[in-house]
Amino acid sequence: MFDYLVKRIAQLLPTLVLVSMLIFGLQQLLPGDPAKILAGEEQDPAVVEYLRKKMHLDEPLPVRYAYWVGGVLRGDLGESIRNQQPVLDLVVQKLPVTLQLAAMAMAIALVIGIPAGIVSAVARGSIWDWTANLFALWGISTPNFWLGILLILLFAVNLGWLPASGYVSPFEDLWGNLQAMLMPAFVLGNAIAAVLMRHTRSAMLQVLSADYVRTARAKGLDEKTVVLKHALRNALTPVITLGALELGTLLSGAVLTEQVFTIPGFGKLIVDAVFNRDYAVVQGVVMVTATAYMVLNLLADLAYFAVNPRLRH
Amino acid sequence: MAAVLPIPAAEAVAAPAGPWRRALRRLVRRRAALLGLAVVLGFIVLAVFAPWVSPQDPIATSWSAIRKAPSAEHWFGTDEIGRDVLSRVIWGTRASLLAGVVSVSISLLIGVPIGMAAGFLGGWVDGVISRITDAFLACPFLILAIALAAFLGPSLTNAMVAIGISAAPIFVRLTRGQVLSMKVEDYVEAARAVGNPPWRIALRHILPNITAPLMVQATLAIAAAVIAEASLSFLGLGQQPPAPSWGSMLNTAKNFMDNAPWMAIWPGVSIFLLVLSFNLLGDGLRDALDPRQR
Repeated sequence: MFDYLVKRIAQLLPTLVLVSMLIFGLQQLLPGDPAKILAGEEQDPAVVEYLRKKMHLDEPLPVRYAYWVGGVLRGDLGESIRNQQPVLDLVVQKLPVTLQLAAMAMAIALVIGIPAGIVSAVARGSIWDWTANLFALWGISTPNFWLGILLILLFAVNLGWLPASGYVSPFEDLWGNLQAMLMPAFVLGNAIAAVLMRHTRSAMLQVLSADYVRTARAKGLDEKTVVLKHALRNALTPVITLGALELGTLLSGAVLTEQVFTIPGFGKLIVDAVFNRDYAVVQGVVMVTATAYMVLNLLADLAYFAVNPRLRH
Repeated sequence: MAAVLPIPAAEAVAAPAGPWRRALRRLVRRRAALLGLAVVLGFIVLAVFAPWVSPQDPIATSWSAIRKAPSAEHWFGTDEIGRDVLSRVIWGTRASLLAGVVSVSISLLIGVPIGMAAGFLGGWVDGVISRITDAFLACPFLILAIALAAFLGPSLTNAMVAIGISAAPIFVRLTRGQVLSMKVEDYVEAARAVGNPPWRIALRHILPNITAPLMVQATLAIAAAVIAEASLSFLGLGQQPPAPSWGSMLNTAKNFMDNAPWMAIWPGVSIFLLVLSFNLLGDGLRDALDPRQR
């Protein structure tokens, strides 16, 4: 286990270095002189000069990268051009909001996706299987920002049950917070529920035809025990790994969902930064997201390890 | 089990057709895939004949027809500056289909040669390519596309480039894996033994044999690219106004949900139908081209 962990972390580091190069390289895509672009419309020579110094634009590319990555390693992701705040502070401010949204979405996805997958595998070919498959197709084919708009139309505009947008801190008003987050979390969780359902279904189908499940049935166990205790446990291992890949969908989806419901999280931060041409914030957010995604995948690998005793040796 | 065995043999005798023809026959038997294909073709027709099919000019504004509900004159209603929603939805098909096809072509053009190089050459080339692919895949797809589009500047062309580059690593990985498994096949050994140069083995012997999985992945990737373009346009990073695109129409529509809900319905229905159809077609192609995966 320990060796495996060390090996995985050792693999992670070169990838992280390449990710940082990739993100730093984005700056090279800017058409023209970055200092002039960042200086805004007026292009005040003093501001351009200041930016040129600050971004070390007179130095060669590798040196600039070294400055940037050195900063990243010290936790300095640069400074927002817009409000002169350190990017890291902005990220730390917004992160809890997105984390809450993502956690609620994942919970909704698990609660819908896994039972739906089990039912559709156990009752293969039935109306339940058919409905679950239809739901999965709907889930992967609906853009989440449109689903968000539809839900707002129904539950906020027409029925008036939930707020259309806005965010309340859970520390100020927990009930208000949950009301505001319910629709966005469902929107975000919906697509992931669909994918989880498909993975669970195919894993369950495979496991249900295994010899040990037949043995369990043959020795007279009731179907519930066979399915939930014997089959599900083994079916869930591939679902964990494949589900972890959906964390990327979760992070990407949060950008759009936060935009639709005006939730001041991570996604809103990156979109606002894009429109304010606040490139340091864009780079910082992508760097943090990529790192988070990689760490989460590592954790999923470890979870896979933990639930699958065969791998421990 | 023994009873099952004669069937493939009998089929082989009855149908000496090539693998592609057999795949086509399997595809035709899948009704969902055919439905998907029909809807995709329908959208292609709409996109090509947009100037003739659309009832009105998609960018012509009319101050006397602002946010009018659906009627005989405007089937899908009008938007916040009096443009005909139906005409804009029809013209928007162009942006979505173009984005789907062009960005996936970019992904294929980047991904397949690089993946083939990694799988075929192996060694340090493979090592370098695989690490770079890992780095790209470490950034969530849409976030990478947003960042690329942000730095390239907002436009439909740049959005397609951004989506194409962001999706390319998937094709690198798929191609590499396929090449690795083909490389050890006997027919490749035979081709090498008779003295074919490596480039010829790669292009003439390996590439044709990995087209099936690439086609399946490409079809599903078009579905993802259509959503991605709509997402970027929704965020204002894709098609620029006043040119119509489904994503940007939804972006405007969200500001008028109280008094013009029809503005939000049809562009969304269109994205959903097009994406669903590509997904159905992709699933059908996978079953038809690779029966082992069923």
